[in-house]
Amino acid sequence: MAHEETVYDALDHAHGGEGQWAFGTGFDDPLAGVDTTVPEGIDPADLGVYCLMLGDDALVLCQRLTQWATNAPELEEEVALANSGLDLLGQARLLLARAGSVGVLGRSREQATDSIPDEDALAYFRDADEFRNTALVEAENGDFARTMVRLLVASAWRLALFTRLRTSRDPVLAAIAAKGVHELTYHRDHAARWLLRLGDGTTESHRRAQAGVDAVWPLTADLFTATDVERRLVEAGVAVDPAELRDEVTGVLTMVVERATLAVPAWPADAAPSGRLGRHGPELTALLADLQGLARQHPAATW
Amino acid sequence: MSAPTLDRPAAPDEAALQAHFDATIAADKRVEPRDWMPEGYRKGLIRQIAQHAHSEIIGMQPEGDWLLAAPSLRRKAILLAKVQDEAGHGMYLYSAAETLGADRADLTDKLIEGRHKYSSIFNYPTLTYADVGVIGWLVDGAAICNQVPLCRSSYGPYARAMIRVCKEESFHQRQGYELLMTMMRGTDEQRAMVQDAVDRWWWPSLMMFGPPDDDSPNSAQSMAWGIKRHSNDELRQRYVDMSVPQAEALGVTLPDPELRLDPSTGRYRFGQIDWDEFKRVISGNGPANAERIARRRAARDDNAWVIEAATAYAEKHAS
Repeated sequence: MAHEETVYDALDHAHGGEGQWAFGTGFDDPLAGVDTTVPEGIDPADLGVYCLMLGDDALVLCQRLTQWATNAPELEEEVALANSGLDLLGQARLLLARAGSVGVLGRSREQATDSIPDEDALAYFRDADEFRNTALVEAENGDFARTMVRLLVASAWRLALFTRLRTSRDPVLAAIAAKGVHELTYHRDHAARWLLRLGDGTTESHRRAQAGVDAVWPLTADLFTATDVERRLVEAGVAVDPAELRDEVTGVLTMVVERATLAVPAWPADAAPSGRLGRHGPELTALLADLQGLARQHPAATW
Repeated sequence: MSAPTLDRPAAPDEAALQAHFDATIAADKRVEPRDWMPEGYRKGLIRQIAQHAHSEIIGMQPEGDWLLAAPSLRRKAILLAKVQDEAGHGMYLYSAAETLGADRADLTDKLIEGRHKYSSIFNYPTLTYADVGVIGWLVDGAAICNQVPLCRSSYGPYARAMIRVCKEESFHQRQGYELLMTMMRGTDEQRAMVQDAVDRWWWPSLMMFGPPDDDSPNSAQSMAWGIKRHSNDELRQRYVDMSVPQAEALGVTLPDPELRLDPSTGRYRFGQIDWDEFKRVISGNGPANAERIARRRAARDDNAWVIEAATAYAEKHAS
């Protein structure tokens, strides 16, 4: 039997203490080996909440992109959407673990047993009112055009933020941002290219792309308004004031939408933070029911 | 894909071409896309490769159904990467079929219209998260047994695609088995879930090797042409022999009272496979056939405007 043909044969003696024998299954703690000490002058509670904001954005958008799995227009797009989802999931895991490492766990530990790691306690055992994602990521996908417009807006905003967070005074957050910049550059590019094709494709795709832009634009209202937590962290050199991102984000979006031969709608008036404070619509409740149902059904289980 | 229109020198006579092809097969060398090949060889390969590609793409669905609900972020990452790999496998395989003159969109249409088959295993539903692990262990395991010999298939592009596919499948199998090991160390409820999933998937996994040798119409020719390397029954036996000790290590019982080691051969004897069920499922009447095809059809039809837009854009901007 050729060497490759013994692969299956070796399965039952391949396990044991070595966590790496099946890739990806051994990485229990996303922050393993990382110094998680909080630098002086930074309030750990604020830092944790900020990580939840950014982690929840990533987790919720990952869940939205994953809804396209097996439903995408082409196999290449199955691969691309799953890939972007995986990048966001990776960012979410790091950010939620960072929140857990500074003791910000909300009410999640009331239900999650000790054997459940922080990232999962936070993802699976918080209710909607403890999620701090923006309305932009929780909105339904709509059709492929609207999905791409939302991905474009979300990744343009997040890329502008992560580019700046690379110099955050929290070294863990800075490292997460540095890694994320490469991923988000790709996501923004991918979505922008699709918007060009859809806007400047057929009459039907133009109509749908414009409808997507028109539907997503109002969701940007609270993207440039800081919460109190962010304001304090800006002072401490940890966070970026989202108002600072406005010119870059609106500039990029205007350029792409115009090149896609679409009309740029008026930017909505700034709104006070809402999702960041735990106020959400029924879309998030439904999304969390899918995400959390199984884990909550078996709170003592290990997976 | 259309036939090449370049002027060619007068074709050598068919007998000489056939002799060259036969010699290539006899010497266990690879046939490449531009080589002459008998029409039956080309058609047989397209049928087999397309069926394999369809199985990868339809196979994304049963596990994909758990993507949104995966019970930990680590498991979600593993599963999402796996489903993504399957889309990638489908792409390599459709590309291999295209080197033979087939067209991906046309093959997809044939799948949706029910004119092409795919592995019957994917017509069973995934009822609990243990199914994700059991699909990795048994279904990917059976696929590996089937597919590793195809890395030496006589058709070059297929053989090369299979090398990568098999490496990733082996990865998936380990991830599935590791999930089951973890669940078996968990709660009583989790252990019961694993046993229940094994009970449901064991027999269908044995059917993945296809009908018995005396009832497999295409096998003999495929073996002669080096497209297939081992008979269905031979591979099935190998799979059973490897799976029994793994089931023991896991602590589950395989649902076959007749399963026992034959000391004279060192191989496991097993009970009668329900071939009526196999025929029912493969001919479209399994528990989830209609749902699987409906979803594939919806992905094509609901998004047709996206493909039309991309095509129109590419034509406008071609320079």
